[in-house]
Amino acid sequence: MTNLMNVSYDTQIPNNVGLSSDKRVLKALEKWHPGYINWWKDLGPNGFHESQVYLRTAVSVDPKGWAKFDYVKMPEYRWGILLAPQVEDRRIPFGEHLGEPVWQEVPGEYRAMLRRLIVIQGDTEPASVEQQRFLGATAPSLYDMRNLFQVNVEEGRHLWAMVYLLQKYFGRDGREEANELLRRQSGSDEAPRMLGAFNEETPDWLSFFMFACFTDRDGKMQLESLAQSGFDPLSRTCRFMITEEAHHMFVGETGVGRVIRCTCEAMKEAGITDPYDINAVRELGVIDLPTIQKKLNLHYTLSLDLFGSEVSTNAANAFNAGIKGRFRETKIDDDHQLKNSTYPIMRLRDGVIVNEDVPALSGINMRLRDDYVRDASGGVRRWNAIIEKLGIELELKVPHQAFHRQIGEFSAVHTTPEGLIISDDQWKDRQLEWLPSKEDGEYIKSLMKPELEPGKYAGWIAPPRMGIDNKPGDFEYVQIQDS
Amino acid sequence: MGERIDFQVDPNSYRHWRIEYNNDIASLYMDVDENGGLFDGYELKLNSYDLGVDIELADIVQRMRFEHPEIKVVVMRSAKDKVFCAGANIRMLGRSSHALKVNFCKFTNETRNTFEAASEDSGQLYMSAVKGSCAGGGYELALATNYILLTDDGSSSVSLPEVPLLAVLPGTGGLTRVTDKRKVRRDLADVFCTLEEGVRGQRAKEWGLVDEVVSNAKFDAVVGERAREFADSLDTGKPSNGIELTPLSRTFEEGGNIRYSTVSVDIDRNKGIARIDIAGPADAAPKTTEQLERDGAESWMLRCARELNDAILNLRLNELEVGVIVFGTQGSNELVSAHEKFLIDNKDHWLANEILKFWKRVLKRVDMTSRSLVALVEPGSCFAGVLAELLFSVDRSYMAEGEFEDDDRPVASILLNEGNFGLYPMSNDLSRLQTRFLGDPDKIVSAAKRKNEPLEAGEVDELGLVTFCFDDIDWDDEIRIFFEERAKFSPDAMTGMEANLRFAGPETMETRIFGRLTAWQNWIFQRPNAVGAEGALQSYGTGVRGKFDMGRV
Repeated sequence: MTNLMNVSYDTQIPNNVGLSSDKRVLKALEKWHPGYINWWKDLGPNGFHESQVYLRTAVSVDPKGWAKFDYVKMPEYRWGILLAPQVEDRRIPFGEHLGEPVWQEVPGEYRAMLRRLIVIQGDTEPASVEQQRFLGATAPSLYDMRNLFQVNVEEGRHLWAMVYLLQKYFGRDGREEANELLRRQSGSDEAPRMLGAFNEETPDWLSFFMFACFTDRDGKMQLESLAQSGFDPLSRTCRFMITEEAHHMFVGETGVGRVIRCTCEAMKEAGITDPYDINAVRELGVIDLPTIQKKLNLHYTLSLDLFGSEVSTNAANAFNAGIKGRFRETKIDDDHQLKNSTYPIMRLRDGVIVNEDVPALSGINMRLRDDYVRDASGGVRRWNAIIEKLGIELELKVPHQAFHRQIGEFSAVHTTPEGLIISDDQWKDRQLEWLPSKEDGEYIKSLMKPELEPGKYAGWIAPPRMGIDNKPGDFEYVQIQDS
Repeated sequence: MGERIDFQVDPNSYRHWRIEYNNDIASLYMDVDENGGLFDGYELKLNSYDLGVDIELADIVQRMRFEHPEIKVVVMRSAKDKVFCAGANIRMLGRSSHALKVNFCKFTNETRNTFEAASEDSGQLYMSAVKGSCAGGGYELALATNYILLTDDGSSSVSLPEVPLLAVLPGTGGLTRVTDKRKVRRDLADVFCTLEEGVRGQRAKEWGLVDEVVSNAKFDAVVGERAREFADSLDTGKPSNGIELTPLSRTFEEGGNIRYSTVSVDIDRNKGIARIDIAGPADAAPKTTEQLERDGAESWMLRCARELNDAILNLRLNELEVGVIVFGTQGSNELVSAHEKFLIDNKDHWLANEILKFWKRVLKRVDMTSRSLVALVEPGSCFAGVLAELLFSVDRSYMAEGEFEDDDRPVASILLNEGNFGLYPMSNDLSRLQTRFLGDPDKIVSAAKRKNEPLEAGEVDELGLVTFCFDDIDWDDEIRIFFEERAKFSPDAMTGMEANLRFAGPETMETRIFGRLTAWQNWIFQRPNAVGAEGALQSYGTGVRGKFDMGRV
């Protein structure tokens, strides 16, 4: 296994898992491949199958040089199966099997639980590609278009990664699940994607950036906790996926940052100091900061829902079984079994939001969500630094955890972004102060005009500070061909 | 568990029973050796019995059919004064583990059923001549016979004192046979089952608890007359000589593995799995019934049934940690089927009939085994006819699909024959295929159309005859995962789930005994009112009454 740092191209599928000698999985993957390509052509980026896109392709799992950049047509992208190198004598880092050697095969008793987790993770990967399939047509620049496609092909690769695990370790059930991953479709009435946030459409680029920043960050947290898994192949797969996921977060966070910068610069140039003078700001053809706050509220809260219920038996079971750990489990200083400890979580008790200690095992979801909140808040802080530097008086804020929730205890109540419980009527009256209205969406949509000239950017978004792969500003990231 | 409990006994050294043969009538005397208990710590007083007594009895009933086909009536009597049989030994029950109690009851129940099976299947009728006290398991023994005579001596009685005396149930079919077989009115049954001293004389006859009450002076004469009448009414056409059930060829190996001539048992203790492998016949089927009789216990169908029966009983009583029993077979489908079909074609011949009916009982014993049962149809296997019944008896079956790499055995196939369509009913009186396809009887028709031809995985899957088919690529992994998963479930939940799923369809007296009666009994066996330190079983014989928690559950 140690010689598998470099990717083998001796099969149709680049991999570092010795696929050419694993006829069973190779056969299964090759059978699945045409369906995947059809899916990509039907539901992947619409209208760009023939275009040459300057993409990075993973060629190694060595952190010091794992990718190479080149032009490629997306349907010909070399999606591969890449696992982080096996750590010698790795031990299960948590749960009741703490300290036992990690599993290289699926333990029979946890098969169903593992399969469910992998399927849920796998289901999110193609979902976002589907959600974003029409965005190429309104890209604010070739740079952004390329970033979108990069995110898309990598989500595609993450689907491959999950499909590999299903096909390698879960027999016929696994193959069936792999096919189902291509059957479900984002937003479909017939067979929707499994998680709510992945059935919401991504109607514009600000939504995409917000999605990449907040929803992909949930993905990152999930991958981080699965990377701790005692099932070693899952751990290794997720560890490598996290490497790629970092770019998605970068695209989201810098994307929103560039929108903010553009708005603030335009306001400054026009001499507008009141960020709430929305009409005046919109006159400038940029997106006003209050609307950005509303988009933040929406995407952030949808993403919180992805963490599941506050008190969760499933999460407790998965932790105790050694299947899914906590964020940076090995860095945490405790017994890693949590049988006797508690964790404080926010709960709804008799209509009041209170902090309550619950058994730490059943609070596992919340622990991960708290880590997520910290992680996400860092990005919001950096956005505020831009606003402050440009002298506008407004601070973006992440809303309270009880605000606008569809899942968990707080789905039973309405609150303000500050977490004040309000009546249904008050909510009806005021929700559009906090969440994007139809008009807000239409305004943003009106700005979504493609800018296809190399080096040029739409008027509502600032250029990036640096090019991808250190390319110059006018680099042609996408060579558009009709398809 | 200490010493291995052995189900093979030497008929020349029964300790507890004596048989007198008189032309077509046999007298079976119960004469339990007080010091002949299977375990230490109790005396088998008053013709009370333990598992050892019952193992001998089961052997007697079995040999009566194979070795004494001339016998038409078996009269059960006591060789002791003033007591017919006092039932299961209470001290033995009191000191037994729960598992031993449960398995003891199951085996005794199966043995009682063989009385009834003997008359139905073989024209060998059992009657009881009750003199003295006939209590609890003793009366249950009598209930299992076809005809009960009770002497009217002013003291002899029949009773089921379990409830008032011991706070448990008459669990060897007692409650069920009183209402279902003897059809005693339910309110009278309620009185009877709560009356410690039981019922004597004419009242026993009036309530339907016995068939005939005879004055003590005439008792032996009337018993003789009745036996004669029954024997004369039966025209079985069976010969005067049977075949000998010779000792099994059986070797115990280290680790509990067993080698028989056609069956082997291999136990993986780490995984809690026992594999029972059956080798199909090597030789052609007998050509004539004379040859069948000459082959006797050596003929493959009989040998295999006896060995399988012994292997199952051994796992049940001696291997409590084995949670999964896996059936595998190797051999020729055609040869297995040919051997069976010879018997089916000659089923009017007494021995052919006995062997087929024995298979019926062995397969029921498999159905009734409280372990996860699995069949693996591997390349080269011979799940044909009677062995295919195993596929429909187990909880799950897995079939290998197509060629397997580096395996030159024939591609796995199964073969159905007429035996699969009603010859071996389950305890619910349906065939295993009828039970399997309770909701889709057309499937039985489809399967019947494919009789006598080898069926490979694709067709078997389509016909719904196995649970899953896996090819070379998936086989090892799927099987491993299944076993690992199964091994982690609670054994109690498995036993309960399997027992519920196996017996779909109508209730019969048998299913009620093994389902309702046994389940309630086993529940009571776990409750402090019976088995607690102050419970009735523990305090029995101390003069102190059991203390009950009076809360109803």
